[in-house]
Amino acid sequence: MSETTHNRINADTLHDGSSGTYLPVKGTVTTMATVTYDKASRIYPGTERPAVDQLDLHIEDGEFLVLVGPSGCGKSTSLRMLAGLEDVNGGRILIGDKDVTHIQPKDRDIAMVFQNYALYPHMTVADNMGFALKIAGTPKADIRARVEEAAKILDLTEYLDRKPKALSGGQRQRVAMGRAIVRQPQVFLMDEPLSNLDAKLRVQTRTQIASLQRRLGVTTVYVTHDQTEALTMGDRIAVLKDGLLQQVGTPRDMYDTPANVFVAGFIGSPAMNLGTFKVNGGFAEVGPARIPVSRAAIAALGAEDNGKITLGFRPESLDVVSQAEASAFPVEVNIVEELGSDAFVYGTLKGSLADADVHSGAGDNQVIVRIDPRNVPAKGERIFVAIRPGEEHLFGAGSGLRLPA
Amino acid sequence: MSTLEYVQYYFSWLWGEVRDFLLVANTPTQKFTVMAVVIVLFIAVMGLLLWLVDRPKRARNWLVATVFAGPAVLLVCFGLVYPAISTTKGSFYDKRGQAFVGFDNYVRAFTDSDFQIVLRNTVVWVVLVPLLSTIIGLVYAVLVDRTRFEKAAKTLVFLPMAISMVGASVIWKFVYEYRGGGNRQIGLMNQVLVWLGLEPQQFLINAPLNTLFLIAVMVWIQAGFAMTILSASIKAIPDDIVEAARLDGLGGFGMFRYITVPSIRPALVVVLTTIAMATLKVFDIVRTMTAGNFGTSVVANEFYTQSFKFNDKGMGAALAVILFILIIPLIVYNVRQMRKVEEIR
Repeated sequence: MSETTHNRINADTLHDGSSGTYLPVKGTVTTMATVTYDKASRIYPGTERPAVDQLDLHIEDGEFLVLVGPSGCGKSTSLRMLAGLEDVNGGRILIGDKDVTHIQPKDRDIAMVFQNYALYPHMTVADNMGFALKIAGTPKADIRARVEEAAKILDLTEYLDRKPKALSGGQRQRVAMGRAIVRQPQVFLMDEPLSNLDAKLRVQTRTQIASLQRRLGVTTVYVTHDQTEALTMGDRIAVLKDGLLQQVGTPRDMYDTPANVFVAGFIGSPAMNLGTFKVNGGFAEVGPARIPVSRAAIAALGAEDNGKITLGFRPESLDVVSQAEASAFPVEVNIVEELGSDAFVYGTLKGSLADADVHSGAGDNQVIVRIDPRNVPAKGERIFVAIRPGEEHLFGAGSGLRLPA
Repeated sequence: MSTLEYVQYYFSWLWGEVRDFLLVANTPTQKFTVMAVVIVLFIAVMGLLLWLVDRPKRARNWLVATVFAGPAVLLVCFGLVYPAISTTKGSFYDKRGQAFVGFDNYVRAFTDSDFQIVLRNTVVWVVLVPLLSTIIGLVYAVLVDRTRFEKAAKTLVFLPMAISMVGASVIWKFVYEYRGGGNRQIGLMNQVLVWLGLEPQQFLINAPLNTLFLIAVMVWIQAGFAMTILSASIKAIPDDIVEAARLDGLGGFGMFRYITVPSIRPALVVVLTTIAMATLKVFDIVRTMTAGNFGTSVVANEFYTQSFKFNDKGMGAALAVILFILIIPLIVYNVRQMRKVEEIR
C-alpha cells in the first residue's frame, strides 16, 4: 500500500456519503454477498412465542439495510441469527448462495460491531483490529498493512499502540469499526453501534459510517431502535414488531406509504397523528370537519373495522386555515415547541368528537401541527387546521392495514 | 469509732469484696458473671472515651484519630511488633537466649545438611503447591463453566476448603496407609496398586517422594479456593467479548489462551500469591502426617521442633525470621495486584 504523508482525514476530505468516493479501496475480491432470511424463526427455550417469527427478507449485494423497531421486537435476535450467535429454530439463512444456517460464526465471512464495542481490553488497538487475521494465520506484514490502512481511514493511526481503556468513547467505536473493516468480510453486522455515543457525536458518526459503507460497498445489516438513524442511513429499512416483519422499503416508501398503523406511528419525527373516526356517507367525521374518503378505501373496509377508519396525518401535512373551510377542525394550543427552522404546536382536538380516538407521539388526545416558525400562536389559543388534500393516510380501524387511496 | 474511720473501713471492706469477686471464680456461674462485668466495664470505658471525644463541637483531628485507632495500634504493637522484634533479637542468641552468637544460627540453617533439606522442601512446596492448585482450579473452572452440573461439581471441589488441615491430613494418612507382611491393605492408594498387580509402597516413608505425597494434600485443599476465585472472574468476562472472539475465529483452546487467561490475569496472580503465602506457613500437614520425619520437614514445622522439642530458642527464632523474610515480597506483590484488581472495577 502507498505510504502517504497525511495520516488524518481532514474534514474537507470527508464526504457526506452521498457519492462516497474518498480514498479508494483496492485489492479486495468482490463476491456476490446477498443475505437471505428464508422463513427464519427463533424460539427461545421455555417460551411459546417466537422472538423472530418466520422472517422473510432479502438483502442485495452492497446494500445497507437497517432493522428497526422498539425494544424487544426481535431486531437484535435477527442480526445475531445471521451472525451465528443464536440458533435458528426454523427456516434458513443464506449468505450469497451458501446456506449458513448451521455453520460456525467464524466460517460465515462476516464481521460484527457490538453495541458496547466488545474490544479486547488486554490488547492494543492494533492487536484488536488485527486479531481475526492473526487467528486466521495471515502473515504479520499483511496484517500490519491492513491494520494501518484501516487506521488511516478511521483516523486512528496515532492510537494504534494504546489500550482501549485509554481511548474515548468515539475512538473505541472507531476501533470496533476498524476491527470489522480489517477482516474485509462479505457482510458487516452492526448492533446499535452508536447508542453509547453522545448526541452530537452520534449524528457525526452516523454520516461517517454511512459514507464508509457506500465506499467499501460491503453488504451491511444495521440494527437500531432509532428511526432517525434508520431513515438517514439505510438504503432500505425493515420495521419489526413482536418478532414479525411489518414492512420493508426505502426510507421514502416507509415515510410516504406506511403499510400499517404501527409503521405509520413509528417512522417520522415528530410522529404521525393518528385518529380513529366514524365513516359516514363517504366522509370521515373529525369533530365539525368532514374529510372525504375515497370509494376504494371504503370498499376495502372489512367487518372487523366496524365502519370506522384510522386517519393518519403528519404534522407537516396540516395547514392553518380559516374556520369557514369544510375540512377545518379546531385545535387548542397546549404548548409550542420552537426549533428555529420549524415550530410545532402540541394541542388538543376540540369539538364534538364522539367515538374519536386520537393520539400522536405526544400522547393520547394530542395532535402535533407544524406551523410557520415566524408566526406562532399563543398558548391556549384556538387554531383551525386542515389536512392538505392527498396527504392523509387511511388505515382500517380494526385491521390496522393501509387502505387504497 | 469515728464516722470517718467507719467510712474508711466500709470502703476497704467493699473493695476487698469486689476484688475477691473479680479474681476468684470457681463455678461456671461465677465465671460468666465476671465475664459479663468485664464486658460491661469495657463498653462503659470505651463509650465514655468516645463520648468525651465527640462532645466538643470541633474536636481536633489528631485527638479523634488517637482515641479511635489507639487501642488497635496498641494491640498490634503488643501482639505483632513486639514479638517480631523479640524473635529477631532471639535469633542472634544461643539455645537459652543468654549468650550473643551473631549470625551463627543463620549460618547453621543454610549450611547444615539437615536444615538444607528443610529449606529445599520448603522451596519445593512453594513452587509446586501454588502452580498445581491454580492449574487444576483453572482448568476445572473452565471445564464446568455453564454446564448443567456446574453447582454440584464446584461444591465437590470446594468442600476440602471447609476441612481443617489436621482433618485433611488424617484423611490422607488413611489413603496412604501401608500394611506390610502380606496383610490386607486398608489404604486406598496401596489397594489400587495391589489391584494393578504392583507392590504396595510406604508413601510417607520413602524420601524424597514422600514430600510430593504431602504436597498432594495441600493441593487438594487449595485447588477449591483457586477454582472459586477464578470461576468468579471467568464469569465476569463480558459476554460480548466472548462473542466477538467467536466471530474472530476462536474456539476451545484458543478462547482459553487468548481471551480467558489474559482477562483473569490479575485474579490469577492474587490466587498464586495467596496460596504461596499459605504454603510457606504450612505446618499442620507435615506435623500430623510425618511430624517432619523421613526428610519431610519444612521451615514452619522445623522452627516448632527446634523451639519446643529441642529447646533451641535461638535456632527456632532464626528459622522463623527466615520464613518471615521469604514471605515479605509475596505480600507486597499480592497487595499491589489486589489494588490493580480493584482499580479495574
